[in-house]
Amino acid sequence: MPIAYTPTSVPVIVDQDKCIADKGCTVCVDVCPLDVLVIDSDRGTAFMKYDECWYCMPCEVDCPTNAVTVNIPYLLR
Amino acid sequence: MNVPSQNLETIETDILVIGGGTAGPMAAIKAKEKNPELRVLLFEKANVKRSGAISMGMDGLNNAIIPGHATPEQYVKEITVANDGIVNQKTVMAYAERSYDMIQQLDRWGVKFEKDETGDFNVKKVHHMGTYVLPMPEGHHVKKILYRQLRRHRVQVVNRYVATRLVKDADGRVAGVMGVNSRTAELVLVRAKAVILATGAAGRLGLPASGYLFGTYENPANAGDGYSMAYNAGAELSGIECYQINPLIKDYNGPACAYVTGPMGGFTANSKGERFIECDYWSGQMMLEFYRELESGNGPVFLKLDHLAEETISEIEEILHSNERPSRGRFHERRGNDYRHRMVEMHISEIGLCSGHSASGVWVDEHARTTVQGLYAAGDLACVPHNYMLGAFVYGAIAGEDAAEYCASIDMPVPDPVEVAAEGERILAPLQCEEGITPFQMEYKLRRMVNDYLQPPKVTTKMEIGLQRFAEVREDMQYLKASDPHELMRAMEVHAILDCAEMAARASLYRTESRWGLYHYCVDHPETDDANWFTHVQVQKGADGNMSCFKRPIEPYIVPLDDAEKGAYGKLRIANTTSES
Repeated sequence: MPIAYTPTSVPVIVDQDKCIADKGCTVCVDVCPLDVLVIDSDRGTAFMKYDECWYCMPCEVDCPTNAVTVNIPYLLR
Repeated sequence: MNVPSQNLETIETDILVIGGGTAGPMAAIKAKEKNPELRVLLFEKANVKRSGAISMGMDGLNNAIIPGHATPEQYVKEITVANDGIVNQKTVMAYAERSYDMIQQLDRWGVKFEKDETGDFNVKKVHHMGTYVLPMPEGHHVKKILYRQLRRHRVQVVNRYVATRLVKDADGRVAGVMGVNSRTAELVLVRAKAVILATGAAGRLGLPASGYLFGTYENPANAGDGYSMAYNAGAELSGIECYQINPLIKDYNGPACAYVTGPMGGFTANSKGERFIECDYWSGQMMLEFYRELESGNGPVFLKLDHLAEETISEIEEILHSNERPSRGRFHERRGNDYRHRMVEMHISEIGLCSGHSASGVWVDEHARTTVQGLYAAGDLACVPHNYMLGAFVYGAIAGEDAAEYCASIDMPVPDPVEVAAEGERILAPLQCEEGITPFQMEYKLRRMVNDYLQPPKVTTKMEIGLQRFAEVREDMQYLKASDPHELMRAMEVHAILDCAEMAARASLYRTESRWGLYHYCVDHPETDDANWFTHVQVQKGADGNMSCFKRPIEPYIVPLDDAEKGAYGKLRIANTTSES
């Protein structure tokens, strides 16, 4: 069975100007209980790769530069 | 040691604790305190800094037994009645007797509890009979405090590994666990003398009404892995038919927080703004009245705060929007929900398995021992009814200390190499599947079927059809495909969810009566039948590999109840209101 991907708007937004992943920071990636954030090594910033969010907020609260915003997923708003 | 070691990293430890949320860290710390020489390894799917049910803290203790406010005997009575008599009182008593010591321990570590002007704990009444709720308005630091203690006690931590199956030795003793890294798909075998399961609830069983797979009441990392591991290791599970169902904000997965708002004057109301239940403490009986009101002409159900003074509402917002589920404020803002101006719509959660709230868990005795030698369970996963966060801490401590003693008396068990090899193949199969079904699709379908066929009110024929659908999903497992290590983690979770779904159906079918209000409300067996069903129902993997259910008699009570007390939770509807369903 071939597999297709369905695009989806993700709830966690990372401000690329504020994110300091290029300096080695991985705090938001480390604290996520669902492991849905990853670092884009080309851009040097974090982003939400998997739409599997509990909107629990450690990524936002623990970010040292306030770069992360957790929105409520669209299906629940 | 003739364990196959090709490409298989092996770690050896004395005590292995699986799950770094609430019970797990406490188990590891207390094992180290008992014997600092022991090697203690904490094995975590996420990161212990922010994992589990209390990743963002907790706003209070729901079951604090504080001298002057309550006694262990009163508490055991309350939980016996709240759980319709189906409890092993010794396990509840073991919690109750250590409850106050644990509060003092946490207080010394820096967890902030609400105190009055004289410095005494400021306990509130929420339960039907006794007084047990202790607010923690600054409870968002709990995980940081636990983490500091883990470091101080030199507990070894392994993050981002998914434990998939326990392995045993030739004598049937637990010998460790197999796991896989969620970022690299590297396999690991952890060998241990004792294993403590602290993997939390089975929170990804039912599908939230929104359809969003991860919008569950429980932290969705708690997919039921421990229930499945205990089952596959041959341990007894108990009370699985006594589901967890909670009253939540509609569309938002946070509780409406009777424990926070109740003592401050808030309450659960119908659409007319009237109170219809006498007591907001979460019990199956309360949930049944909630469900009836929700489905009636007076529905839906609301959290009513709009009659309270501004200072009170600000204080409630401060607590609810900074602890446990802090994105709640954001949710309300978008909807224009202001506690001051209107009631907030509520709904009931998807079903789950969780002893912390109800009674569905891995069977343990008062030492946190399961029925498999060397295997312990603590926290939401272990069958000690209504145990909540403080119960997780206490049972973590009990398990850690008992396991430390147990370790001293045995040699390192040798895992069965056939079991180890088979599990390695099972884990890696979804990565080797070239074309197939994604974990997302299989999980969605499975959990949709759970809603359609298992959600109360329960109906025999529907649950039988559900079992047929689950069997079909089990056949589809061979087509489960993961395209990266992250998806492999989700694929392994689908296996666990399927085991939990089957256990939920079989245990529910086995108990042919109704009990625990909504949790086990069977439409075709509507009465409670104490003559035949005043008993635990156990689920276990039989010798033939099939799932079996059987009765386990209830141990004689150590705290007797009189007849008037027994009915206390049976009369939760306010006398002058009738549901119009």
